[in-house]
Amino acid sequence: MEPTVSFFSGFNVNDLWFLGEAALRTLWISMLSISIGTVLGVVCGWILYEGKLAATLTLAPFLDIFRSVPLIIQLVLFYNFAPIVGLNLDPFASGVVILSIYTAALVANVARGGIEAVGAPMRRAARSLGMTYWQDLRYVVFPIGGRAVFPAWVGVALGVMKDSALVSVLGYVELLKASQILITRTQEPFLILSIAGAFYFALSYPISRYSASLERRWAQ
Amino acid sequence: MFDYNFHWRPVMKNLPDLLEASLLTLQVSVLAMILGIIIGLCLALTRLHLKGPLYWFASAWVELARNTPALFQLFFFGFGLGAFGLHLSPYFIVLMGLTFNCAGYLAENFRGGFQAVPETQLRASRSLGMTAWQAYTRVVIPQVFRIVYHPITNQMVWAVLMSSLGMLVGFRELSGETQFFASRTFRIFEYFAVTAVIYYVIVKIILGASRLLAARLFRY
Repeated sequence: MEPTVSFFSGFNVNDLWFLGEAALRTLWISMLSISIGTVLGVVCGWILYEGKLAATLTLAPFLDIFRSVPLIIQLVLFYNFAPIVGLNLDPFASGVVILSIYTAALVANVARGGIEAVGAPMRRAARSLGMTYWQDLRYVVFPIGGRAVFPAWVGVALGVMKDSALVSVLGYVELLKASQILITRTQEPFLILSIAGAFYFALSYPISRYSASLERRWAQ
Repeated sequence: MFDYNFHWRPVMKNLPDLLEASLLTLQVSVLAMILGIIIGLCLALTRLHLKGPLYWFASAWVELARNTPALFQLFFFGFGLGAFGLHLSPYFIVLMGLTFNCAGYLAENFRGGFQAVPETQLRASRSLGMTAWQAYTRVVIPQVFRIVYHPITNQMVWAVLMSSLGMLVGFRELSGETQFFASRTFRIFEYFAVTAVIYYVIVKIILGASRLLAARLFRY
């Protein structure tokens, strides 16, 4: 007997559009968090480098927390903490806040490594040429140190892009959440998960290959 | 500002359950790491020394593991394999997902480690009359081990943090157990705050133990 009402319908072209939109949301939340997090992280890295003892006693343990607690726990905690202090954030905003801080915690170490990669003699030379401290940072440390840690930064950025999938626990419909919604309706997990995975792979693989080739070229 | 009453009593009452669940977290991540190290070693050696289908298989594994979100990999083992009639228990979903991921990341670390030991050393030890097995176990492996020791430690930490994704596939490890209790009592913030502390302590214990072990292992 044919069922009169069909609960499940097959995968069709409109669903691809739905997935595409969700993929754009994944891109948007990761780009926003990576940008904010990188700026914050570079500042934190500089503070860690300059403010020796005070920073290692205060900022370093704080950033360490974000690296030692699973991101998913951080997200749930913050999402449920914000209303307690009177902030009404939607899942997107909470996700951006936590992902940014998470990125900053990872980038801070990278940035400090970059500053340390520029040798003291080079910096003394820059200062003795009459550069101010900020000119030294802008024209000597930033180009040389940035180049040294660029591949590491790309690794962090790609990691955050992939970890942005976790924002789905707050209910933000990004790529992985969208694919789950579709799986519930179409009952075709293999096909839909493959499409979602292919998107992440297509984004992450070329960038990581490019950064690896840059690293090799700069190493020569 | 604070018109929220914190209730810590239900959390404290369930603390033994949470600690027991954290043992499950540790168990699954340690198991995944052991399997990941063995498979990762095979993948790295395959990629270094073999050609043809085996090389492509190992490369596909490594690149897929590194370029897609861990959550996607977990969903794939959880729901994607369901399409072929393979229904795994949550424990195996998490174990397989973690192993797949760890093996991919560790393979790259091992490959870097093997490449860092000059090939001439292998030839030199062979010409001293060592067998291939002796040359590997007495000359190459000890040096590689030193190089990959810290990446292995980091991966161990990542494995613990990643196992928290188990809560999304219904695995009752530390996070899953927390979610279970939190949704029963609606004390979401309190439960997850305690869980965050437990994760932090676990990570610190792993890092501390690895530092102690390193001090003993690498005395010379």
